[in-house]
Amino acid sequence: MSVPRFWRKQIARYNLVGTHCKQCGEYFYPPRNMCPSCRREGEIEDFKFSGQGEVVTYTVIHAAAEGFEGQTPYVLAIVQLEEGPRLTTQIVGDAKDMSIGMKVSPVFRKLGQSGDRGMIYYGTKFVPA
Amino acid sequence: MREVAIIGVKNTIFGEQWDRSFRDLVVEAGVGAVKDAGITGEKIDSMFVGNMSGGQFVEQEHIGALIADYSGLAKNLHIPSTRVEAACASGGLALRQGIYSVASGMDDIVIAAGVEKMTDVPSAKASSALAAAADREWEGIMGATFPGLYAMIARMHMHKYGTTSEQLASAAVKNHQNGQFNPIAQYKNKITIESVLNSIMVADPLHIFDCSPITDGASAVILAPADIAHEYTDTPIYVKGTGQASDTLALHDRRDITTLDASVVAGKRAYEMARMGPEDIDLVEVHDCFTIAEICAIEDLGFAKKGEGGKVTFDGETAIGGRIPVNTSGGLKACGHPVGATGVKQAIEIVEQLRGEAGKRQVDGAEIGMTHNVGGSGATAVVHIFSRNR
Ligand SMILES: [Zn+2]
Repeated sequence: MSVPRFWRKQIARYNLVGTHCKQCGEYFYPPRNMCPSCRREGEIEDFKFSGQGEVVTYTVIHAAAEGFEGQTPYVLAIVQLEEGPRLTTQIVGDAKDMSIGMKVSPVFRKLGQSGDRGMIYYGTKFVPA
Repeated sequence: MREVAIIGVKNTIFGEQWDRSFRDLVVEAGVGAVKDAGITGEKIDSMFVGNMSGGQFVEQEHIGALIADYSGLAKNLHIPSTRVEAACASGGLALRQGIYSVASGMDDIVIAAGVEKMTDVPSAKASSALAAAADREWEGIMGATFPGLYAMIARMHMHKYGTTSEQLASAAVKNHQNGQFNPIAQYKNKITIESVLNSIMVADPLHIFDCSPITDGASAVILAPADIAHEYTDTPIYVKGTGQASDTLALHDRRDITTLDASVVAGKRAYEMARMGPEDIDLVEVHDCFTIAEICAIEDLGFAKKGEGGKVTFDGETAIGGRIPVNTSGGLKACGHPVGATGVKQAIEIVEQLRGEAGKRQVDGAEIGMTHNVGGSGATAVVHIFSRNR
């Protein structure tokens, strides 16, 4: 991913900052600028999530995505935050300890790197709480 | 709105075709369909071509013009040609756009085609191109792969409904069983449940034999108004229903991880247009990019109760000769999955079945068939219903 494209969402990725619709009360992470329920009636503001959540579903990836070859096997999961929204993330830890419904907390981690000498991407992964 | 019929069809061979180019494939399919319909190029009013990622697979965009050019429809005839993209549903959507254009009365004879040339790049690059159908910024960046996303659907389905790896594997086994009788299929070998379970793990619980392959291929159909279809062929196949639906791009935003709401809604729209229900369908081609996708599809389209798709498949109800034959072509798994072509290939399988030309994979007495084509992990779904009777 290009540097500006990553940089633009840096705060959201580093600090789990998403958005919140003041009109209907729904929370969004990844952030959305348009509330899908209220659409143009919605009132969107930034919101920092606590990061506490639980595993909705997960997989152990053995055939890596491009740029993740050195990390296999790694656990990819959908986590539901306590405020409601769901996100795709990695769970740091042993694959055999994972289970659906497991409580997790956020950690700041390296996600990847753009080529051999490119920018390092950081973001939020999760660990068993 | 006018009724629409398919009057000509052609698939290339599906597989790894290192000696043939993107344009070779699509020209073969297009010319073959034109010959099958018994028309000439001058008759064609417009073309719609499904292609997911010419840019990443062959570093070529402007696919519509390229295809018109190499089909001999550009320089002298200047026939309009439009590329349609909806990831792996590009072919189904190109067909739907073709149907729209004939139904509207704007065009009479239309080519709807699909093409993908995936083996000109290493398979890692192909996987990465396919991953662009997911949300690059919020799924891809975390290391999500396509098998990984469907594996998360499979894990949830197993957790919620008790679906087993054996039941998932049985979809692949059945599709290879069918594929051996399809002359264009990439794989014509039989496999067993044991061989699926013993194949390498790609994204737990999906093994490599749970996954559709990387494939080169092209498919094309010729559409005409139903009123004049008999001027071209004795066996026109009529489009009775078409439905399309969108859902969230990312899997994590879906209402229910184990249901593709886009499939449910596209199916409902097609059923309503055809004034039919699942009980009227004699056979269906569903989008089995992974075994779990076939299980979800037969549930979402009403051929099995939610949660029972695995059991129904394992019990043989979806085999040829079963209650509702699914993927008689071999599906994406055995026939192959050139992503832009798949949706059109599915329609051709139904046409061949309804014409009674499917050879050893013929479903006896097939009158009405359905196709189901999905983009990404379920953000786009396209469903069509075809009948041999008007
Ligand atoms: Zn709102």
